[in-house]
Amino acid sequence: MERIPILRMADFLLVTIQVDMHDRLAMALQEDLTTKITENSSRGVLIDISSLEIVDSFIGRMLANIASMARVLDAQTVVVGMQPAVAITLVELGMSLPGVKTALNVELGMELLRESLAESLWEMGNDGPED
Amino acid sequence: MTVQKTETLAVQSDSDIVLVRQRVRAWAVEMQFSLVDQTKLVTAASELARNTVEHGHGGELRMEVVFNEVKKGLRLTFADRGPGIADLQMALKDGFSTGGGMGLGLSGSRRLVHDFDIRSTIGEGTSVTVTRWK
Repeated sequence: MERIPILRMADFLLVTIQVDMHDRLAMALQEDLTTKITENSSRGVLIDISSLEIVDSFIGRMLANIASMARVLDAQTVVVGMQPAVAITLVELGMSLPGVKTALNVELGMELLRESLAESLWEMGNDGPED
Repeated sequence: MTVQKTETLAVQSDSDIVLVRQRVRAWAVEMQFSLVDQTKLVTAASELARNTVEHGHGGELRMEVVFNEVKKGLRLTFADRGPGIADLQMALKDGFSTGGGMGLGLSGSRRLVHDFDIRSTIGEGTSVTVTRWK
């Protein structure tokens, strides 16, 4: 079966969705990502959807699921590059993707992931060894 | 109202949902809908096609370019021979779901179009017609 490639970059995983996904491909991505997070002990997932011409409730739910699953596995998710027309339609459809962090582009998304990783490391350092 | 152009597509599987999106996009572009309107039409079509596959056990889509006295529109009719919907009022509510989704399929796609009509008979099937005008 066709798969969406997942790239590893240090502590993070990068996914660029470039095809008009059928539902099974979206489900497969969900599984592949959770597996890769565990295998690589990844701390963040960046999903670039700038090539997606629509996000319907199924794909929206997949993005929300990935963010929740990643969170349970101690990783942050950022969705980047949503086209304006897609954002307008998604909100009108009734999905505002609660719990999913977004950024305008890959660069800002990576920045957001690095910041949240630094924050969690700082917190760990603070209430770590002394206690 | 007059119908200028018609096309019928099978809506039976996952890959048909993708095909529906592509055909609706092509027609919306040809009719020179704005990008936002194209996106709304394609998204609504995607939701309704998935309903046809998941709840209606497959069916078909009829695409039509329609004219009333003043405007041109794209009309989509999704028809299945599935079990039908027992409570239409409930089915049209946000968050009502029998398919394990978020329950935005019908209620959400209704917000993305101008005209929305649904008919359903238990044991015979469901037909949803939506139109977006230019």
